[in-house]
Amino acid sequence: MSGVAQRLTEFVQTLRTKGFQIGPGETVDAAEALQVLGLDDRERAREGLAACLIRKEGQRAVFDSTFELFFPLGVGAPEQARHEDITLDELNDRLITAFATDDEPQLRQLAGQAVDAFGEYGQNGSGLKGWSIHQTLDRVQPQTLIVRVLAAMQADPGFTERLARDEVRRRVQRFRELVHDEALRRVAELRGRKTLADVAVPPAPDQLDFLRAGQVAELRKVVQPLARMLATRLAARRRRAARGQIDLRRTLRGSLSTGGVPMKPVYRRHKPGRPEIVLLCDMSGSVAGFANFTMLLVQALRDQFSKIRVFAFVDGMDEVTHLVTAGVADPAALGARILSEANVIRWYGHSEYGRAFDEFAERYADVIGPKTSVLILGDARNNNADPKVATLRRIIAPARRAFWLNPEHRKQWGTGDSATDEYTEVIEMHECRNARQLGTLVSRLIPV
Amino acid sequence: MTTFFTSVDEVSSRLAEAGYLASNAVATTVFLADRLGKPLLVEGPAGVGKTELAKAVAQVTGSRLVRLQCYEGVDESRALYEWNHAKQLLRITAGRDETWEDARTDIFSEEFLLPRPLLTAIRGSEPTVLLIDETDKADVEVEGLLLEVLGDFQVTVPELGTITAEQRPFAVLTSNATRELSEALRRRCLFLHIDFPDEDLEKRIVLTRVPGIDRDLATSVVRVVNALRAMDLRKAPSVAETIDWARTLLELGAESLDEHLVRESLGVIVKHQEDMIKVGQKLELDKL
Repeated sequence: MSGVAQRLTEFVQTLRTKGFQIGPGETVDAAEALQVLGLDDRERAREGLAACLIRKEGQRAVFDSTFELFFPLGVGAPEQARHEDITLDELNDRLITAFATDDEPQLRQLAGQAVDAFGEYGQNGSGLKGWSIHQTLDRVQPQTLIVRVLAAMQADPGFTERLARDEVRRRVQRFRELVHDEALRRVAELRGRKTLADVAVPPAPDQLDFLRAGQVAELRKVVQPLARMLATRLAARRRRAARGQIDLRRTLRGSLSTGGVPMKPVYRRHKPGRPEIVLLCDMSGSVAGFANFTMLLVQALRDQFSKIRVFAFVDGMDEVTHLVTAGVADPAALGARILSEANVIRWYGHSEYGRAFDEFAERYADVIGPKTSVLILGDARNNNADPKVATLRRIIAPARRAFWLNPEHRKQWGTGDSATDEYTEVIEMHECRNARQLGTLVSRLIPV
Repeated sequence: MTTFFTSVDEVSSRLAEAGYLASNAVATTVFLADRLGKPLLVEGPAGVGKTELAKAVAQVTGSRLVRLQCYEGVDESRALYEWNHAKQLLRITAGRDETWEDARTDIFSEEFLLPRPLLTAIRGSEPTVLLIDETDKADVEVEGLLLEVLGDFQVTVPELGTITAEQRPFAVLTSNATRELSEALRRRCLFLHIDFPDEDLEKRIVLTRVPGIDRDLATSVVRVVNALRAMDLRKAPSVAETIDWARTLLELGAESLDEHLVRESLGVIVKHQEDMIKVGQKLELDKL
C-alpha cells in the first residue's frame, strides 16, 4: 500500500497547486476510499477519489486530466500497438467504424495506437524524445472523416438524421481529448508526472487569468452561476436592510392600544434604493479577455440593476449600454461590435486613459450622481501619456463609491507604462485577475 | 455500525430494482458514503434525480426517510427541536403546589420536546436516511447547525445534554448551487455532482419509466434531447422533462418523430421563448 500512498499524496499535492483546497483529512478519506474500492476497477477508483477530493462542480475537468497522469491506464506503448504496425488508412477505417457506432473503449484504444504510430518525435536517448498531440492530430486529421462517418451511419433516415452531424462532431472532439490524455501519459513516463502536471493541466475555469483567456466559452460557464449567486446574496442583503431605525411616530400611535406602553416597536420602512452603476471598460487589445468577460457579467447583472450604464474606451470614450443590453449572445462578437460601432478609438488605437477621462468629463459628467457607484475596469497601462489624475478625481467626486478593478497581478502594478501608482491616490484599486476574485469583489463592492 | 451495501455492484442492482438507474459515479459514491459513514452532498442541475436518489436509497434499504426541506428562514426550531411551550405552561398550572425544583426538572424532559427532522433522524434506533433538500436555500446560520449534526451525528440540547445517534443515518444533502455552501460543510461531506446521464443510460431510464414506449422512439427522443443540451439554451431539458416528453409522445400515439410532432410537443422540453426560436432554427422545424 505504501506505493499507492506515495502516489496518492503526490496526486493530492498536484491538485493543491491547481487550486483545490484539500486538507489532510480529505487525503485520509481518499485513501480509505481506495482501500474500500480497490484499484481493480479504474473508473470506480476515479469516482471514489473524486467524491473525496472534489469540492466544486468546476473542478472535475482538472481532476480528470490529473488523474489520467497519476493513475494511467497502462505503462508504455498500448498492447495493441506492440504487435501491430497500423497504417493511416487502417486507422481511419477503424476510426470511422468507432465513430459511427459510438464505441468509447475502441476509440480509447485507437487513440493509443494513433499516438504511438504517428505522434512520436525525436530519437531514443537524445532527451528530446516525446509524443506530440499536435503532430498526431495533424497526421490523423479526424475531422476530415466526418463525411465518411455520416455515410457509414446512413442506416436510420428520419427526423433524427439532422442530429447526426453534430453527434459525430462531439465524438471527434472526444477522440481529440483521448489523444491528448494518451500523449500526456506517454510523455509523463519520460519526464515525470509532477513537472508535466504543472504545465499541461489547465487551471479550473474560475481561476483562469482574464488576460490570457481566449477560452470565453469556459469563462462563460462561470458567469451564469456567479450572476445567480450575486442575485440571491443581494436579495438577502436587501431584506436584512429592511430592519433598522425605529419609527417613533408609528410606535407611539401603536402604543395607545396598550395604554401608552410601547409593546411593539415599529420600524421605519426601508425605501428600496435604486442603485445606479456606471461601468467604464478599457476595450483595448491588452485587456480584451477581461473586457469580454465583464461584458458577459454586465449582461447577466442587468436583471438585478435597472440602472446600469456602460461606457467603453480605448483612447476615446463612448456609451455602449444599448449594445451590451441588447442581448447579444457572444461576448467576443460583442467586443468586436463595440470596437467597430462605438466611437472608442480617436487617435492611435492604443489605450490612453487621460484622454478617455477628459472626454468622459466633457460629455457625460452628469451621468454620475450621489447614488452612483462607479467601476473602472482596466489595467491602467497608459502608454506613457498624461494620466490626468485630476480629471479622474473630478469625475468620481460626486459618486457614492468608486472602484477600479485591475486584471493585472498586483506585482506588476506600477511597472513600465502602468499608471496605477498615480491612480491609486484618488481611487480604490483592487486586483481582479479571475472569476473567483471578481465574484467576491462585486458582491462586496456593489451597493444594495 | 451496520452498513447497507457490500459492493458497488450491489448498489447499482438494488437501486435499479427501485427504478433508479445509477451511473457508475453515483453507485460508487453512494457505496463510499455508506462505507465511510460520511454524509453525501449532491449537486447538479435541476431534474437529474438528486432527491430521487435519497428516496431510492431509503426504499431499497428499507429505512425510514426523514426529510428536512430547507427554505429561506428555516431555523433551529424548524430543523432541530423545539420546546412545547403550551404544554409546559399547562404542566406548570397543573402542578400548583409543587416546588420550583420539581417543576423545572419535569418541564424540560423529553415529554415536552418536539423533535424536528434532524433530531428525529438521530434519535431513532431503526436505519434512517436523512434527506436535507435544497441546502443552498437555507441561510448561512443553518449550516453551522448542520456541522455538529453531520460531523458527529449528535445534537446538543442544553437542558437535556448531548444526544448521539445509535445508528448513524445515511445523510444526503442536495443543492442547486444558488449559493456557495461553506467550506466547512463541504469538508464533512463526500461530493457528488450528478450531471445529465449519457445517452445510453438516459435511454434505459426512459424505457424503465415510460413502459410501453417503442425502443426506436426512445432512442430518437434521447438523441434530440442530447442535441438540445449541446446547444446553448437558457434552460437545458432535464431528465424529468425527457420522461415527460416521452410520455407525451406516447399519449399522442407517435411511432416516430417528425417535424410536425416535434413542433407541437416542444413545449414539454423547452420552456423559454428565446430557446424555442433557437431550437426551431437548429432542428429546421419550420422547413416543411
